Amino acid sequence: MRVIFKTSYLQDIRLAKHGGHVFWYTLLLVLALVAPLLVDTYWINEVSRFLIFALAGLGLMIVTGYTGQVSLGHAAFLAVGAYAHTYFISHEMPFVISLLLAAFISGCVGLVVAVPASRMTGLYLAIASLAFAIIIEDMTIHWESVTGGNRGMPVPPPSLFGYEIYSAVEFYYIVLASVFLSTILVLNLLRAPFGRAMLAIRDSEISASSLGISVARTKITAFFISACITGLAGGLMAHYVQYLSPEIFGILLSIQLLLMIVVGGLGTVHGAFFGAFLVGLLESLISISKDYLPGAIGNQPGLEPGLFGLILVLFIIFEPEGVYGRWLKLRNFFENFPFYRRNTFKRQKTYLRTDRLK
Amino acid sequence: MTYLKVKNLSVNFGGLKALDDVSFSVAKNEVFSIVGPNGAGKSTIFNVISSFYKPSQGQIFFEAQDITATRPDEKAKLGITRTFQNIELFEHSSVLQNLLIGRTIHNRHPVYRQFVFDKTVRNSEIAHREAAEKVIDFLELAHYRDDLIANLPYGVRKKVELARALCAEPSLLLLDEPASGLNPEETEEVGHWIEDIRHDLGITVVMIEHDMSLVTEVSDRVLALSEGKVIAQGTAEEVQNNADVVSAYLGSA
Repeated sequence: MRVIFKTSYLQDIRLAKHGGHVFWYTLLLVLALVAPLLVDTYWINEVSRFLIFALAGLGLMIVTGYTGQVSLGHAAFLAVGAYAHTYFISHEMPFVISLLLAAFISGCVGLVVAVPASRMTGLYLAIASLAFAIIIEDMTIHWESVTGGNRGMPVPPPSLFGYEIYSAVEFYYIVLASVFLSTILVLNLLRAPFGRAMLAIRDSEISASSLGISVARTKITAFFISACITGLAGGLMAHYVQYLSPEIFGILLSIQLLLMIVVGGLGTVHGAFFGAFLVGLLESLISISKDYLPGAIGNQPGLEPGLFGLILVLFIIFEPEGVYGRWLKLRNFFENFPFYRRNTFKRQKTYLRTDRLK
Repeated sequence: MTYLKVKNLSVNFGGLKALDDVSFSVAKNEVFSIVGPNGAGKSTIFNVISSFYKPSQGQIFFEAQDITATRPDEKAKLGITRTFQNIELFEHSSVLQNLLIGRTIHNRHPVYRQFVFDKTVRNSEIAHREAAEKVIDFLELAHYRDDLIANLPYGVRKKVELARALCAEPSLLLLDEPASGLNPEETEEVGHWIEDIRHDLGITVVMIEHDMSLVTEVSDRVLALSEGKVIAQGTAEEVQNNADVVSAYLGSA
């Protein structure tokens, strides 16, 4: 069992809390950097895809996992990011600027949702965000001059400083850099006062506001940041799919993102990555199993969403803390072996809360 | 000298008059207690002071400033913090995190600076931890510093909530039943803390409490409410011997 002796406040603030963190995350980063030498192009593409989804999940995590506002429409921000980015680079805008601008526009669209949404909670917010996603989906169909409508639009290859990028490996490094930087920024935010304000709102809006946190403003800012990150993922995703069409960004994608963060573990950065990995794996498994399943089941159009929904429900019932939560429990078990107590993670009863004030 | 002044306050919930023309004032550095049977409207007063309820009539002044319509989060910035009757902690965070959230009003860094986490943000984070550590020492919470709230027993949670309110460095502290659910020793401890909070930290305390031994021990003045109306005001002894108070609690003969 690791016991950390704290001798300075900085130890609490640092991102890597102890030597183990430094070692493992450096190893992970090195592995990610040399991955193209280890595996072939097909797998590199798969890893890029995983990272893009993890980034989108990270965006959703900010609003749903940390601030506690359920959004059923995050695919819309992916769509805004993807279409905006594609539109800009088709009009000769430099790649990096276009990507950042697309993320910013996505954030602004997020603001449009967030301002009315900051007055809603729970189910109402979920429904409002769902309605918003449908509006954006319709816009991608009908705003033909920008989006190409149902015909869709091709995505030009990314070009960095006049150098056009066609290879999967180079694209992988762009994705890796974006994900790495975004994750660091999010981790910074989470250890800063704003990160704590988000947690405060998730757990008790009433005491958050009595401590001086402006609930509406914090929710709106969180929505903006979340939409920016998801929009950035959208811009990258455009290059991954290479051809945009409205049906990519449907309700299924929103549910998939939600599934990712619930399965991964709500309220943790790890959760976004674990979730993206598992849901990606699940998708592959479904498409592989389709070959072996009898046609009557395998060819059902509702197979994927049905399974996604089922797994979401099972996780919420049996492991609300997700795979990352399960991992923490497992680690705790081995660290304390043989003294692990079964009830360590059992939720104690929560004492009566002031609901009347709502 | 009047510090907090509540003037002709009335709150109606539909036909029910939760508060009916309540007036009182609290002097600086005083401990002022509000007592009364269940449903008398004690917590309603706190909820109006912290702007969770809108009064149908009346005004509240703090340091001669009308704060009746100020937003809840603005009140914290003015120096008014409170605790809740039914503990409202951030359950999934550690004790230290809770206390740091209590420091919210002392943060002035824009969000983009926090993203970058530059030197000024880092230094203020260290300063917040130092401040939180003082409160941890004061309330003897060191043992629980890194525990999740969800794993703490009731008595400790009460203490953490008080600590969180103190982290904001308020000038007026509203305590909603600080001793409810505590055993006699813990209640006595709460009494000592309230004395310390007043004498050492110079904070004015308004407290709602049922435990008369605690009220008598720490309060300068006591206000008794019944069915939304003020029935007595004065020292603890005066209020306890007041005929209206006795009949409100025990029923009149």
